[in-house]
Amino acid sequence: MTTDTAQQESIELTPQQLFRKQAAGEAILPNEEDSVHRHVITVLIDDTIGALNRVTNLFSQRGFNLESVTVGESKDPTQRRLTLVTTGNDRIIAQVLRQLNSLVDTTEVEDLTREDHVERELCLVKVRSSATERTALLSVVEVFRANVVNITPDSLTFEVTGPTAKINAFIGVMKDYDVREVARSGRVAMRRRLAFEH
Amino acid sequence: MSQQAHTAQTATAPSADMTATDRPLATGAEILIRSLEAEGVEYVFGHPGGAVIAIYDEMHRLQPSFEHILVRHEQGGTHAAEGYAKATGKVGTVLVTSGPGATNCVTGIADAYMDSIPLVVFTGQVPTHLIGNDAFQECDTIGVTRSITKHSFLVRDVTELAATVKKAYHLARTGRPGPVVVDLPKDVIAARAPFHYPENVQIRGYSVIGRGNVDQVRKAADMIAASKKPLFYVGGGTIISGGAEKLTALAHKTSIPVTTTLHGLGSFPETDPLSVGMLGMHGTWYANMAVQNTDLLIAVGARFDDRVTGKIEAWAPHARIIHIDIDPACISKNIPVDCPILGDVSMVLDQLEELVQPADRSDWLGQIAAWREECPLIFERDGALRPQQVVQALRGKTNGEAVVVTDVGQNQMWGAQFFSYVHPRSHITSGGLGTMGFSLPAAMGAAFGMRTIGRDVISINGDGGVLMNIQELGVAAAHKLPLKVVILNNNFLGMVRQWQELFHEERYSHTNLEPTNPDFVKLAEAFGCVGLQCTDPADVDSTLDAAWEITDRPVVMDFRVITEEKVFPMVPAGAATDNMITAQFSPEDCA
Repeated sequence: MTTDTAQQESIELTPQQLFRKQAAGEAILPNEEDSVHRHVITVLIDDTIGALNRVTNLFSQRGFNLESVTVGESKDPTQRRLTLVTTGNDRIIAQVLRQLNSLVDTTEVEDLTREDHVERELCLVKVRSSATERTALLSVVEVFRANVVNITPDSLTFEVTGPTAKINAFIGVMKDYDVREVARSGRVAMRRRLAFEH
Repeated sequence: MSQQAHTAQTATAPSADMTATDRPLATGAEILIRSLEAEGVEYVFGHPGGAVIAIYDEMHRLQPSFEHILVRHEQGGTHAAEGYAKATGKVGTVLVTSGPGATNCVTGIADAYMDSIPLVVFTGQVPTHLIGNDAFQECDTIGVTRSITKHSFLVRDVTELAATVKKAYHLARTGRPGPVVVDLPKDVIAARAPFHYPENVQIRGYSVIGRGNVDQVRKAADMIAASKKPLFYVGGGTIISGGAEKLTALAHKTSIPVTTTLHGLGSFPETDPLSVGMLGMHGTWYANMAVQNTDLLIAVGARFDDRVTGKIEAWAPHARIIHIDIDPACISKNIPVDCPILGDVSMVLDQLEELVQPADRSDWLGQIAAWREECPLIFERDGALRPQQVVQALRGKTNGEAVVVTDVGQNQMWGAQFFSYVHPRSHITSGGLGTMGFSLPAAMGAAFGMRTIGRDVISINGDGGVLMNIQELGVAAAHKLPLKVVILNNNFLGMVRQWQELFHEERYSHTNLEPTNPDFVKLAEAFGCVGLQCTDPADVDSTLDAAWEITDRPVVMDFRVITEEKVFPMVPAGAATDNMITAQFSPEDCA
């Protein structure tokens, strides 16, 4: 299809077809791309066998992206809290939220992306370093407030916590050294305020 | 309550006030059977096996209030339960063993999931200490069925069994209905606990939606008032919620024409002047033209399936859309809508009825009538036996007072197009999953459900699908069900053949069934049924007359229809809805 005919087709859209595309976050012009965003979603699920499975299964079943998922205990011992990171256009994100909500195991689903929220990720990095290199390395990681959690004669293991951008920056700096292993927790997130504070 | 009264009550009152530990212990098997009785189950479609043998043993001992129907294949059992559920509106129940018993149910469960049919499927499982050990007849049933169930339970403790059964039926029945699997390890069935069937059910994270949001309903009413060319697009959810009569009343009050989906057939009488029939791939020309020209589409319990919309970008291009549905996940799933109303269809229609006003829509109705005249739903009558004639004759024979269960393919579409449905729950088919072999067992299940009412049940099949669950014919015969089994026999996988003819240059790859088809009359007789054959269009009515004479067993009617007949109109897959191939126009004219 040439650009001219493509342009023409887009002009021929009815007002309703335009509305639908905008509501879905889909491209209006043929050479445009869908407006895809990254979303952070927190989910409370019952602490039962198979509940986590149902959540992750939903993503593969429905063809949604799942960038990271963290799971752990919540305030309530009968519930676990998940933080999911997913991407998609508005129609897909709305679907992710509705489908998550319709699972019997989920009690609360919240998209934090447009809310004022904090995000943290934990990362462990193991770097090969001899005793002579150690001091230089330690002064670099100091900038990131990374902790040394283990030392062996040949290696150092750091722990760094922060927003994903900080973790990415830290790993970027460490690439100048002999990185042997990286383990990231994936994001956990929470609203800054209580629900009634606005 | 005084101390004295309290002691008096505990001394005399038996079960109601006993604490759990006072009650006599029952096995898991007995608890299951008592729970099904408490749930009011009428029929259990099942097949025994090693993992559930204890349940069958207790059934033999207890002689429960429900009837167990021994099916001859677990898939047939699930379809029978679906047919029963669709015909009656109650929950269908299936009981099978572990491993292959469970996997044989998978097709039926997936079918029920796609078509929102309430089923509870009890599957046996190996003892809990063997789970994960690849034991004999072990299968991860919960894992296998995860994405095709509304919810599923693995019962690990006999004390949770009764409450789990209660939850399973509640989940299957309420909201958007669907199949629920309950996996029962053998040791849980054998273990003992006091039996108590809970009266109420509480499931955190699951609530049943009722009335629609008042503001949204008002907005919808305003949109209806402002619309010049509105159209109801009605799906199966309307029938499930019991809202068919309300929809009919609302359409009459507002003079808004109604098109239905395949599952919506029967929600609005097709004999009504406001009916424009079925829409979609094999819908009527005039229904699809109405969709393409309407300025307000009111979707009621429908889910914008691709067989309805075709190329979604080009569908209903001028329409604002109101969508009434109970399932939040259905809202704006395939197409963003202007006014979603989340709620029980029946209740929302009540709310809407109060706010809408009668209006004159004669221009719009006149336009639809002109389209109907331009391209009506017809077929050629040239002396050859055509399947459409058989369907029309069935309509004439029963006057529409029957439950019609169709299979999948051409027979399904002719059954949908030419029967002219007038009652809710009079049309049953496998719409979402498209399961060949659905009709015969589902019709059997429906016939059990209709046994007390005495309503005719007709199973319409092709010669391809009917063989896929033919074993259930013996079950229907054993129970003396007066099932009318119609085979529109063209010796081909007709729908695939149609696509091959139209889109694959007549390369009929592996669709000719003549070499492998049996003699259906002899086959029927071998199962203890009556077999009839009809080859001449002049004999169709007399064949039906003969079949309706028989009331104590199924009748199989083998109609030898012509091979070349195709289902028209047709929207080719992925094409825009107004780009139809119709019987009146050649494909070239429409391309």
